Amino acid sequence: MTTTTGHPTELGAWRGFSGTAWRSAVDVRAFIQANYTPYEGGAEFLAGPTERTAAVWAKVSAMFPEERRRGIYDVDTATPSSITSHRPGYIDADRELIFGLQTDAPLKRAIMPAGGLRMVESGLAAYGRTLDPLVRKIFTKYRKTHNDGVFDAYTSEIRRARRAGVITGLPDSYGRGRIIGDYRRVALYGVDRLIEAKRAELRSLEGAFATDAVIRDREELAEQLRALAELKQLAASYGYDISHPATTAREAIQWLYFAYLAAIKEQNGAAMSLGRTSTFVDVYLQRDLAEGLITEERAQELIDDFVIKLRIVRFLRTPEYDQLFSGDPTWVTESIGGMGSDGRTLVTRTSYRYLQTLRNLGPAPEPNLTVFWSPRLPQPFKRFCAALSIETSSIQYESDDLMRPRFGDDTAIACCVSAAPVGRQMQFFGARVNLAKTLLYAINGGRDEVTGEQIGPPYPALTGDHLDYEQVSAALGRMMDWLAATYVNALNVIHYMHDKYAYERIEMALHDYPVKRTLACGIAGLSVTADSLSAIKHARVNVIRDESGLAVDYTVDGDYPAYGNNDDRADAIAVDLVRAFMTKIRRHPAYRDAEHTQSVLTITSNVVYGKHTGNTPDGRRAGEPFAPGANPSNGRDRHGLVASALSVAKLPYDQALDGISLTNTATPDGLGRTPAERVDNLLGVLDGYFDAAGFHMNVNVLTRAVLLDAMEHPDRYPHLTIRVSGYAVNFVRLTPEQQRDVINRTFHGSL
Amino acid sequence: MNTRQAELRRAAIELCHPPAPPGTGVISSWDLSIGVDGPGTRFVVFTCGCPLRCLYCQNPETWRMRDGHQVTVQEVMTEIDRYRRFISVAGGGVTISGGEPLLQPGFTAELLHRCHDSGLHTALDTSGLLGDRADDTMLADTDLVLLDIKSSDPATYRKVTGGPLEPTLRFARRLATLGRPTWIRFVLVPGLTDAEENVDGLARFVAELGNVEHVDVLPFHRMAADKYRKLGLAFPLTDVAPPDQDLLDRVHAQFHAHGVAST
Repeated sequence: MTTTTGHPTELGAWRGFSGTAWRSAVDVRAFIQANYTPYEGGAEFLAGPTERTAAVWAKVSAMFPEERRRGIYDVDTATPSSITSHRPGYIDADRELIFGLQTDAPLKRAIMPAGGLRMVESGLAAYGRTLDPLVRKIFTKYRKTHNDGVFDAYTSEIRRARRAGVITGLPDSYGRGRIIGDYRRVALYGVDRLIEAKRAELRSLEGAFATDAVIRDREELAEQLRALAELKQLAASYGYDISHPATTAREAIQWLYFAYLAAIKEQNGAAMSLGRTSTFVDVYLQRDLAEGLITEERAQELIDDFVIKLRIVRFLRTPEYDQLFSGDPTWVTESIGGMGSDGRTLVTRTSYRYLQTLRNLGPAPEPNLTVFWSPRLPQPFKRFCAALSIETSSIQYESDDLMRPRFGDDTAIACCVSAAPVGRQMQFFGARVNLAKTLLYAINGGRDEVTGEQIGPPYPALTGDHLDYEQVSAALGRMMDWLAATYVNALNVIHYMHDKYAYERIEMALHDYPVKRTLACGIAGLSVTADSLSAIKHARVNVIRDESGLAVDYTVDGDYPAYGNNDDRADAIAVDLVRAFMTKIRRHPAYRDAEHTQSVLTITSNVVYGKHTGNTPDGRRAGEPFAPGANPSNGRDRHGLVASALSVAKLPYDQALDGISLTNTATPDGLGRTPAERVDNLLGVLDGYFDAAGFHMNVNVLTRAVLLDAMEHPDRYPHLTIRVSGYAVNFVRLTPEQQRDVINRTFHGSL
Repeated sequence: MNTRQAELRRAAIELCHPPAPPGTGVISSWDLSIGVDGPGTRFVVFTCGCPLRCLYCQNPETWRMRDGHQVTVQEVMTEIDRYRRFISVAGGGVTISGGEPLLQPGFTAELLHRCHDSGLHTALDTSGLLGDRADDTMLADTDLVLLDIKSSDPATYRKVTGGPLEPTLRFARRLATLGRPTWIRFVLVPGLTDAEENVDGLARFVAELGNVEHVDVLPFHRMAADKYRKLGLAFPLTDVAPPDQDLLDRVHAQFHAHGVAST
């Protein structure tokens, strides 16, 4: 091993570390690979919560009932949030180990008007608060917002499609999120070194001619440099100098958290993921343990305290937003485990320690703990995950074997299923289109089935008393062409304006330059659409029209194969829909040459989308929820969880690189008769699903009785967590309608 | 004639049902289950037709062969093949359940043979009433027998099932002689099968067999009531509550007292 001698970090921060590549360039992956210790053992080394941990968690937990009752605990209505906007805040300054809050008090939310003033004002109004008049004046008179910019450049067609809900959930009035800064860099290198590297990147543009693209890049890099300086100020306000690399595990976690905190102080993104930090942190914890600086109990305590901070990330949002996203999610997604490209597992003791927080602090939806699963993971780790899933329903799983070859082994999940190499790639979040509604537009010549309004292009409506498969397919193809064009148009506008008015300075400062970008499109209502087409193809679907000729209802004569039974007759239709829409999306140029991708994930917004969609040819009634994500329609998957999952596994990941989500709910009895059997069987199902090229699985292990009781008595279940689609929610925070949807969802194996 | 007697006569008719053509059978459905029909993930074939009418039966749709649909062994194997890889990775196998699979011994034997021959773990879920119809070759193709012994007392057995106990005990002893791995399944119904002497009798019997890995004590539940309603049938145990934890603990303790593992 060659090392640069004489550098002060050799004796201090980097003492005992191996490898060279990461020293000369900013490369956290190289550091991890050279220094981490794979762990193939079991969970027996783990420590429980200390008194200190319990006290801090109890103090902040005691505030949750009040927060739930009021909607928000508190909000600062006068200070637009920035990295340095607020004075330091504490839960319990004497007991905390990792410091930093978004504002000067726990659970006190901040306003972030740069994304959109309307969102801030209606968010405040919903909770009986008003915006400070000066802030209002600044963001109406002197400073334009992202939201204003978008609506200046939207076309009338985009507005119509958006209003009708055929394109929906767009990040045009709130932060787009989904960008993961490589927060680890701050711990490993210290901010000064990162500033130096950014300056070099900016200098590299000195010789470039000043085109639009070059000017924008120079301005963005300058903003990134400014943000890095502010990051140092943020840390200084808590009494830390993070110019230099972290020297201990506690510092490493603290430095990393300051970087993440800067991001969530600057952006109210739909998803603010943490990245893939556990194995990085493990290097520091193992060094401190080896040097005798800390005990296992202390190591766990540091992680527990860090996770408490991640559990209280809060943003000011509107009740409509919470309804769309179910609960108050922040998607502080942390990616854990997986295998390295060299064949060693990336599971470390700290992978266990992160998961152990579900026991030490109890189950919780955030941080969104995401295990990268491979059948090759160490068996004890698999058993630990399966056991925790059964205990807490708080883990989601993603296919390491699908992601690693495409994105490398230092990949993390943004939001719930969207993979990106950390610090090298960002995405333009694009929400989704409503495919089921699009099918109805195809049948009705572009008229909305609920309002009768002409939304899509006025193609001839289908005639005849029943639907012909060939005609419907052709009409759907045309309508999807229109949809794809309108959709990409809208997304290009949104991301142009977001870059211009609400640029993620600190998150992008923790990325390489130049960065790779993806345009993350998405579809909702896949199962309803596939089943509708299957019904039209395999049974007879009669059309019922109103007096204006609008098709408003359908009757189905005969049986048809439904998506979700591992039956290719129906599953192939779903596969074709995914391929077809991806192909159509790719035809339209994306802003900043982003690579087009799409997702099949709908969170619980499947409830809202269903509410706004009329009767569909598969027999679904108007207003009924769609199935979440890529799930088969509720109750149509008749052959159990495995058959259902294998249908979903057929969806081609390469045509849906933004992710495909599957939510499974099982009762404990549906997994086996004894606790040990349940662990083995769930582990087997995960191995089998990911072996079959399934991409993602949420596992809820519940009983109907528990959920019914939780509806009746929410205060008894403050921490009841269910995985929905790509993330976990507090059940008691769902609307009654969403709660009923969850309960009515197939309880596999309840008989 | 009361409803129960009429239903038992219909059950007896199942024994006279003309057999399906060779290489075919009558099934109600197939399903993928986890951890309840044998170890791991199971492809479960529910054959149709049953000569018993257990009061707590969860699958009334499988009682009559004429309500099922005829399939070839090959068709079932094609469906199983879709899950072969999954089952080999996840662990598990194929379970022939019912109805009563031994009502169609030719079909059941061929399915078990082809699955076993191709390396899948096989299980047969049966009441044992028609155990004599399972020849040694069929049993050699069966890796695990899930034998439902509804009661150890002939009178209780007849009350619960409408049939005689002795053939099931005979089958159990034969399985022991052949050394076939067996799980005993016992549905615990308060007021019907929960008498101490009944449970003791079963535990004593099982303890002597030597080939039984464990006894599954299955707590009675009423979740099938809705199926009965849809089929226009009366669910006989509407007013019986599931066993409470105390009763379950007592029954497990009784098995353990005889050195029998129970779950």
